Amino acid sequence: MLEIFLGLYIFMLAAFVGYGVIKGVPALLHTPLMAFTNAISGISLVGSLVAAGAHYNDVSTVLGAIAVLCATINVVGGFWITDRMLRMFKKQDPKADAAGDAAS
Amino acid sequence: MISQVETLYLIASFLFILGLRGLTAAHTARRGLILAELGMVFAIWGTLIHPDITRHLDDIGWFQTYKWILLTFFIGSAIGIAISALIPMTRMPERIALSHAFGGLAAALVGVSEYYREYGHIDHTTMGALGFEVLFGGLTFTGSLMAFGKLSGLIPGRNITWPLQNQTNILMFGGTFVLLVLVTIDPSNQVLFYAMAAMPLLLGILFVAPIGGADMPVVITLLNSYAGLAASATGFALNNNVLIIAGAIDGASGFILSVVMSKAMNRSFRNVLFGAFGKVDEEDATLAASGGERVQEASVGDAAMLLSGAGSVIVCPGYGMAVAQAQHVVGELAEILEANGTQVRYAIHPVAGRMPGHMNVLLAEAKIPYTTLMELEEINDDFKNTDVALVVGANDVVNPAAKHNPASSIYGMPVLNADLARSCIVLKRSMRPGFAGIENELFFAPNTVLTFGDAKDTLTKVVEALS
Repeated sequence: MLEIFLGLYIFMLAAFVGYGVIKGVPALLHTPLMAFTNAISGISLVGSLVAAGAHYNDVSTVLGAIAVLCATINVVGGFWITDRMLRMFKKQDPKADAAGDAAS
Repeated sequence: MISQVETLYLIASFLFILGLRGLTAAHTARRGLILAELGMVFAIWGTLIHPDITRHLDDIGWFQTYKWILLTFFIGSAIGIAISALIPMTRMPERIALSHAFGGLAAALVGVSEYYREYGHIDHTTMGALGFEVLFGGLTFTGSLMAFGKLSGLIPGRNITWPLQNQTNILMFGGTFVLLVLVTIDPSNQVLFYAMAAMPLLLGILFVAPIGGADMPVVITLLNSYAGLAASATGFALNNNVLIIAGAIDGASGFILSVVMSKAMNRSFRNVLFGAFGKVDEEDATLAASGGERVQEASVGDAAMLLSGAGSVIVCPGYGMAVAQAQHVVGELAEILEANGTQVRYAIHPVAGRMPGHMNVLLAEAKIPYTTLMELEEINDDFKNTDVALVVGANDVVNPAAKHNPASSIYGMPVLNADLARSCIVLKRSMRPGFAGIENELFFAPNTVLTFGDAKDTLTKVVEALS
């Protein structure tokens, strides 16, 4: 019973921290933000790994293995695509950058 | 051993939050991403040495212990990388919807697996958590698949309605909730549990079916939030704090974004979820009313001339730009105009496109510097001092009726002041109304000209004419 309250405290504080930090993310980065949080919430991988690896019984192992598959797609794919997007955000053209460097 | 696991989880949680902080500015975002990736490595490492997994290590060897994990992890990584590396940026909303579906499914499956394993000795609190996990997981799974189907055109994107829709949906949702309560009271009742696990699958479909294409940003962000709550509930069921924290962050993010989206459409959650937007008969009425007015058509040459004579241009992109994949040629045009001494900026409406930030990613892909991508509040007062507003595939977000016509169904929604620019060029495929299904006054304004055709073709011709 105590554990659930500990969990609720953690949830509450994490939600407030998340709210506070994410409030500061500019609209410019909202799509990468979604991909990013999606990758992080692929953390349910952690639960799936235990189900798939603990050899409790066959049903748990199979369900766990499918869950690992889904969660891995999210974690690996999510981070990959966030990086792909963030790499595209440039302050200026590469040309202008080079010119700026030359000038300074 | 367990203290090692918890230490690794603690480091992971710290890195997640630190990484998220990086995302508050474009130049620190990639550093933040690397921190979060590192956090994920710690979390996975911590789980692989979890006592529940390693307890058999001495009997059956490492290969038997980890074979399923390794196999599915490698297949999952390959699929994840393949999807993420190959999908075009214009289809990002579908990609995100699909990943919410995977996230929901994973959570639901872990929940069912836990119930099956622990059956007979589950206490009420754990059962409650498992129930929420399966409920949100299932709802997110089918709901996101529906959203994916609508976005990719597999399912008709318009709202699908049937009689007594809201009543049956609410009734079913209430029924599922009652089942959740009952199964929490009596965790040993398998029939109740599996019924409760199945209901949300149906609910997800029924909830998203009536929601039309233009409301997709709200649906996607809401499902994002649910996926986070499902992950968090998993954490409660498994007593795993890093799961609770990551899920709470994801839930908060989805919540904030859905509030931003709803505000940008001047509508409440309730209205998006339960009010199928723009009933068909009303649409026809508005269409007929404005049918008599005439629009001014401009050839590609006229448009090119207007642009070349302009000292300042604001581009207003919309979903049509994504459909036509016109972002690269927009970038080329901007380069030519800038070489000419014209100031080019972009006005990004929060709900332009099908998900938050959709337009920003597309324009960034076209190598347009993000410093010229302006949010609605930043740029809306500048339209009146701007020579040309170039509307590329946007419709409802530039409709001035939202500002002064209380009869319009989008009245009160913040819109871009494209009508206040000295002249306005609208690139449009045809005279079909936008997704809100209403006529756009902007098209009939005296300072507006329309150039019909595929936005990409038109702009390519404009670029040719100017260079």
